[in-house]
Amino acid sequence: MTQVSMTVNGKAVSGDVEGRTLLSSFLRDHLSLTGTHVGCDTGQCGACMVHVDGDAVKSCNMLALEAEGAQVDTIEGQAGADGSLNVIQQAFQDHHGLQCGFCTPGMVMSAAALLKNNPQPTEAEIRAYLEGNICRCTGYHNIVKAIMAASGQDVGAIAAE
Amino acid sequence: MPKDSGIGASSKRREDVRFLTGTGNYTDDINLHGQAYVHFLRSDVAHGRINGINTDAAAAMPGVVRIFTGADFEGVGGLPCGWQVTDKHGEPMQEPPHPVLAQGKVRHVGDPIAAVVADSAEQARDAAEAIEVDIEDLPAVIDMKAALADGATKVHDDLTSNLCYDWGFVEENKAAVDEAIANAAHVTTLELVNNRLVANPMEPRVAVADYNRANDESTLYTTSQNPHVIRLLMGAFVLGIPEHKLRVVAPDVGGGFGTKIFHYAEEAFCTFAARAINRPVKWTSSRSEAFISDAQGRDHVTRIELALDADNNFTAIRTETHANMGAYLSTFASSVPTWLHGTLMAGNYKTPLIYVNVKAVFTNTVPVDAYRGAGRPEATFQLERVIDKAARELGVDPIALRRQNFITEFPYATPVAVEYDTGNYVATMDKLEQVADLSGFAARRAESEAKGMLRGLGVNCYIEACGIAPSNLVGQLGARAGLYDVATVRVNATGSISVMTGAHSHGQGHETAFPQVVADMLGIDESMVNIVHGDTAKIPHGMGTYGSRSLAVCGSAMVRATEKIINKAKKIAAHLMEASEADIELKDGQFSVAGTDKSVAWGDVCLAAYVPHNYPLEDIEPGLEETAFYDPANFTYPAGAYACEVEVDPETGKVSIERFSAADDFGNIINPMIVDGQVHGGLAQGIGQALLEHAIYDESGQLLNASYMDYAMPRADDVPFYEVDHSCQTPCTHNPLGVKGCGEAGAIGSPPAVVNAVIDALQSGGKDVTHIDMPVSPSRVWAAMNG
Repeated sequence: MTQVSMTVNGKAVSGDVEGRTLLSSFLRDHLSLTGTHVGCDTGQCGACMVHVDGDAVKSCNMLALEAEGAQVDTIEGQAGADGSLNVIQQAFQDHHGLQCGFCTPGMVMSAAALLKNNPQPTEAEIRAYLEGNICRCTGYHNIVKAIMAASGQDVGAIAAE
Repeated sequence: MPKDSGIGASSKRREDVRFLTGTGNYTDDINLHGQAYVHFLRSDVAHGRINGINTDAAAAMPGVVRIFTGADFEGVGGLPCGWQVTDKHGEPMQEPPHPVLAQGKVRHVGDPIAAVVADSAEQARDAAEAIEVDIEDLPAVIDMKAALADGATKVHDDLTSNLCYDWGFVEENKAAVDEAIANAAHVTTLELVNNRLVANPMEPRVAVADYNRANDESTLYTTSQNPHVIRLLMGAFVLGIPEHKLRVVAPDVGGGFGTKIFHYAEEAFCTFAARAINRPVKWTSSRSEAFISDAQGRDHVTRIELALDADNNFTAIRTETHANMGAYLSTFASSVPTWLHGTLMAGNYKTPLIYVNVKAVFTNTVPVDAYRGAGRPEATFQLERVIDKAARELGVDPIALRRQNFITEFPYATPVAVEYDTGNYVATMDKLEQVADLSGFAARRAESEAKGMLRGLGVNCYIEACGIAPSNLVGQLGARAGLYDVATVRVNATGSISVMTGAHSHGQGHETAFPQVVADMLGIDESMVNIVHGDTAKIPHGMGTYGSRSLAVCGSAMVRATEKIINKAKKIAAHLMEASEADIELKDGQFSVAGTDKSVAWGDVCLAAYVPHNYPLEDIEPGLEETAFYDPANFTYPAGAYACEVEVDPETGKVSIERFSAADDFGNIINPMIVDGQVHGGLAQGIGQALLEHAIYDESGQLLNASYMDYAMPRADDVPFYEVDHSCQTPCTHNPLGVKGCGEAGAIGSPPAVVNAVIDALQSGGKDVTHIDMPVSPSRVWAAMNG
C-alpha cells in the first residue's frame, strides 16, 4: 500500500492504495464519490470521465498514484454550493439529455471540457468530441442539443422537443 | 398551447437532479458493512466436460473466504424458464436444466464454473486465477443449421437433439397458405439474417446480497427491471426462500433494454453465498463479463415469402425462422421468436393467410432473450424488407404498395391470433411524408450525386404489441407468470401522495410522468405526488417494466387506484359538507356541492380521513389508501411509419444516415418530451443494429468482439438529429388512459428503413443489389457493389 494525496473538488484527500488501484476506484471506493461510474473495462465508454488539472480524463485509465498532487474534479463538484445545477447540468435537464443517468456524469464532464476550449461548438464538433462517451438511452439527440444550448446557441430550430 | 402540467405536459424530469449531480443510487454504489466480494471463474471454452476442479491453491490465497463450485449447488434449483412453448405436434419444448454454477459440462464461453468469495474484489480475482480446472474440450455447436444436422454434437446430453421446439403458427392455416403461395400471381422471397446483438445498458449488472441470520431474512440489491419477478423466480424455484423472508431491491438502474428482466445465476449465487457465509456478498460485472454473461438479442435466420395477386394485393405470407436460444433457456427466451414474433407477422397489412414456422435451437453461445422489441423487430424487419423487394420486382412505388395493402378498418382480427383495436396507418404515412419532406428527396439526391455520393430513401411501417396480456390468455399460450400490474396510491394526512408501482423506472422517467397522471386526475400540483418503485418491501406485487408496458398496464392500475381514492374522498367530502355524495364534484383540488358555493379543499378531506373526528366511521374506514391490480383486456398496438435517407460512398461502401424521420401513433401522450426521448433512443439502437452492431462467434464459440474496442456501439457521430412526430393519435380503446406504449417503437421500426435506404441508394447507382444483411458495414456494401 502506498499513500496518495490529491485535491478532489477543492478538498484535500489522501488514502492508502495498491499500485494497481485505478483513480476511478479511489474515487468510488475510498472517497465514496460514487457519481463517477464505471461502464467498461477498456477505456471506451467515458462514464468515468473526470477532470485532472483541468483536463478531461477517463479515471479508469489512470492509476490513483498518478494523480498524486493533482486537482481532480468530479461530477459531485459541479453544482453550486446551494445545490443549484450549473449551466451544463441545467441544459441537460431542460432538454432531456439523460434517461437512465448512468453515462450522464461522464457526459457532463466531457461537455464541460469541450466548452472550456470551444465555447460555441458546432453540432459536428460536439458529435466528434463525444466519440469517447457512449450513451445507450438517448440516441444522443438531446445530449447534443443540451450542449449546444449550454453554449448559448439557439436550439429552437432543432427537430423535436 | 402546450400544457405546463398534468397529462400532456413536457414536465422536466425530477429524477434528473440526482443523476446530474452524481447522487444517484445505483446498485454498485451500495456497500454493506463487512461485505465480501465475488469473482466468477468463467469457462474460456464454448463446450467442454469438467473432469475436475482443484481449488486448494486458490483457497489458500490471501483474503479468500470460500470457493464455491457446481457441487455446492447439488440439490439447489436451476434457473427457470418462464414460458413453455408447445411445438407444432402438441409437445412441450425441450427444457434443459440451467444450474447456477456449471455441473458436469460448460456450454458457452462465460459459463460460470466456480466463484471465489474474498475480502476484496482484487483478492477474489487473484484467487480465481489460481483455480485449476480440467476441462475436456468438446466440439462446439455454433451454426444453427449444423446444430440440427443428424449426428450433431448435443449441447445438452440429456435432450434428444439441439432442437428446443419446432413451432407452427397457425398450424391449421398451413395448407391454405401453401396453396395460396403456389397459386399466386407473384411471390417475392427473401432470405436474411437478423443479427445477434448485445443489449449493453451502460450500467453493467451488479448484485449485492445481505443475510440476517437471526431473522433468516435475505435481501438482494440487483440491477433488475422487475424486482418481484426476481423474488418469485429466485425464491420459489432456485433457492427455496419464501417471499416474506426475501426482499429484492432494484434501486437506480442504468438502463435495461430487456436484458435486466431475466433472473441470472450471479444474483442467485450472491444470495446463496451470503447465507452460506453469513456475510454480505457483492458482485460487480465488468463490461467484458457482461459480453459473455448478459442475455443477448435477436439472432434469427429467416426465409420469408410474400405472395401477391395480379393487382398487387398481398394474399399470403410464409416464413421460416431458425432462432438461436444459446446454451440455456433464459427466462423468457422461448417466447421471443414465437408469441412476440409470429403474432406480429401481419404488420400493418390485410394479408389474409399467414403461416409462421420457428425452429428454436440450442448452441454453445451465450443465451439469447428479449432485447428492446423482442421478436417484433425480427417480424418487422423481414416483412418490411420483403415488401420493399416485392415493390422493386413489380416496378411499383414501395409506399404505394404499402398504402394499397393497409388495414383500414378496426378492430381488425389478423390471421395470426391478435386483434388490433385501433390505428390509422394512412394518417401516419401521410404524416411521415410531411415530416420527412419526401417531396424534397429528389433534390437532395441530386445534391448528393453532385458530390459523387449515392443517396437512398428507405420507408417502412411497423406495428408492435405492447402490454402483453390478459393473463388468462398468455397462460394458455404457455406463460408461467401473470402479466397484470399494480399500484398503491397512498394519500398522506396533509394531502401529499406516494404511489407505489409495480413498474420499475430505469430511464423511462416514471418518477415524472406517473405523477402527471395522478395529479391531473385530482387537480393538484404534480409536486405533491411521488413515485416509489423498485423494492419488494415497499411496493405491491407487480410485474415490472418491459415490453413498453409501464404506462399501459401499471399506469392503468394507477388510474384505477386513484379512481378508488376519488370515490372515497367524495364520500368524506359529502359528509363534511352535509351533502349527498352524488352531488359532489372534484375540480382543481376542490370538492364542491353541485349548484352551491359549498366546497372543501383536497387537503381538508385528506386530513379528515386521518384525523377522523368529524367522520362517518360507521360507513367508511379511516385513512385514504387504495390499491388496484390491472390486467389488460388486450395488447396495445402502437404503429407508425419511418423514413431514412442515407448517403453511400461508392468508393468505400460507407453508409451515413443523413435524415431519419418517424411518425408514430402511441395513442394518448402523457409527457411528449419523454416520449420523444424514448423514440430517439430506440432509433439509435435500431440504426446500431442496421449499420454497426453484431455479436460475432467464431467456429470454436469465442465471441470475437466482446468489448467496446470491437463491438461497434453507436456513437454520437454515427447518428443525426431525428425528426420525430407523434401527433397521429388513435387512443387505445381498452385502457383508461388510451395509451399504447412507446419504449420499443424506435428499435422495431428503424432497421428496415436503413436497409431499404441502402438498397435504394445502390440501385440508384445502377447496382443490382437486392439485399445486404445487417450490419450494413462498409465491407459488406463494397462487396455487394463489386460482387
